Amino acid sequence: MSDVHRTQISGANQSQAEASDILVVSELGVKSQNKTILEEISFKVKKGTSLAIVGPNGGGKTTLFRALLNLIPYTGMIRWNDEIRMGYVPQSLVSTDFPLSVAEFLRFKCRTDLEACIRSVGLEKEILRQSLGSLSGGELQRVLIAWAIVDDPSVLLFDEPTSGVDIGAEEPIYDKVNSLKKEVGITILLITHNIHVVMHYADYVLALNKRVLFFGDSKSLTHSQLLSIIYGNEFALSEEEYHKE
Amino acid sequence: MITLSDTITFGLIVGVFVGLTAGYLGSIMVSRHMALVGDALSHVALPGVALGILFNFNPFIGAFAFLAATVIVTWYLQKSTTLSVEAIIGVLFVLALAIGILITPEVDLLEALFGDVSKITLTDTIITVLVSVGVLLVARTIYEKLVVSMISKELAIASRIKVERINLIYLFLVAIIVAVGIKEVGTLLVGALVIVPAAAAKNISSTLSRYSLMSAIFGLASATLGIILSNYVNVPAGPLVVIVGATIFAAGVAASSLSRRLRSIRNTI
Repeated sequence: MSDVHRTQISGANQSQAEASDILVVSELGVKSQNKTILEEISFKVKKGTSLAIVGPNGGGKTTLFRALLNLIPYTGMIRWNDEIRMGYVPQSLVSTDFPLSVAEFLRFKCRTDLEACIRSVGLEKEILRQSLGSLSGGELQRVLIAWAIVDDPSVLLFDEPTSGVDIGAEEPIYDKVNSLKKEVGITILLITHNIHVVMHYADYVLALNKRVLFFGDSKSLTHSQLLSIIYGNEFALSEEEYHKE
Repeated sequence: MITLSDTITFGLIVGVFVGLTAGYLGSIMVSRHMALVGDALSHVALPGVALGILFNFNPFIGAFAFLAATVIVTWYLQKSTTLSVEAIIGVLFVLALAIGILITPEVDLLEALFGDVSKITLTDTIITVLVSVGVLLVARTIYEKLVVSMISKELAIASRIKVERINLIYLFLVAIIVAVGIKEVGTLLVGALVIVPAAAAKNISSTLSRYSLMSAIFGLASATLGIILSNYVNVPAGPLVVIVGATIFAAGVAASSLSRRLRSIRNTI
């Protein structure tokens, strides 16, 4: 690991960053067992905006999150704004097969009104008594969102928040995420496979496949263009075909 | 009427504190699917105990030195290689056991392996009480952080929990309590004090608070009942402590299975 140069900086004095940038990533690279996972990744995230990170499986999306959370070695620079409080919603939990009620889980962070906390994500107070391991995918995601937002974070990282969630339950979760951005001004970084989510809920999009395929305003692309960027022309649908789908 | 000699009284006090603390720590060990790690870790103490016997110093110090070294080596190898904790401790455990058996004088081997409550002194008792209280207090402080890091490392790091530091502290706490429990149940069986009460409690608990409390109570009950029984039937306390713990575990399995059946019958009516 001696060749790994890692710079995770928090501070407001970096000249290359604007005050409104909550995150600046520059020339980020990640290797694992001499295999390149990510290289030359550079992008910025402005305060109060949402960034969707898309790309094919194995394209490095989750690795990017792990680097942003300082969980793995990397080269290049990741600079978070000094004053951020980070909330993280994982794709799933590693272990839930031990006795831990929803109330106990939330009480680790929320010492006051648990009922208000659980209602803020559209769940009923009865769920507080249930074991974390007995929840459905959608319920667990909402509990994880409640956990992430309970101490008023300024940035939320979502790793595919609706994986393992029924199709009908996806929309309310994204609506909740979107309302957090609008009402509280939280900055959101979101990994997703769902192009519809990118177009409807994200201000910016970062398409990854080891390198940056595209970074910019999500409204500057059509569905078809975004699919074409990520998966190549053969997978792109016309706008008409997309809406028919 | 129960009458207990001084040594058994010391053994009982040690049993109360070690049982309670080991049970509480065990609730994390079992939840992390590290039950066999707890067991293997305890055997690593054998060479330290042997050195204590050979050079006439308190075996607790030798045991703790070996356990602490194992914890540090395990923590370092886990960080710097792709090996799992189970694999690392598995290797260290058999190595330590082999060295321990080679260097322990034959006459003392049984005592080192299975403990001897009658050899517990007032000094041992005082050390155990102080150490156990300290371990319990630290464990209580880091318990929630351990649970969060267990359910998701990323979630823990995003919540500003120093996962690796917390894990290292936890392994040290286990090492300390294993070291002080060796005189009571021996290096072969002390791991059972960490694992069996927690396994019994997990089976009958629906909340974390109940789980950790029951685990501690079962640890206390196994240790004290085992020592009291050994005073009556005149056999070493170590195996009896484990048998009492296993009986509690079996009773818990039976009770929870019965309760599930009753619930299912009630639902079908």
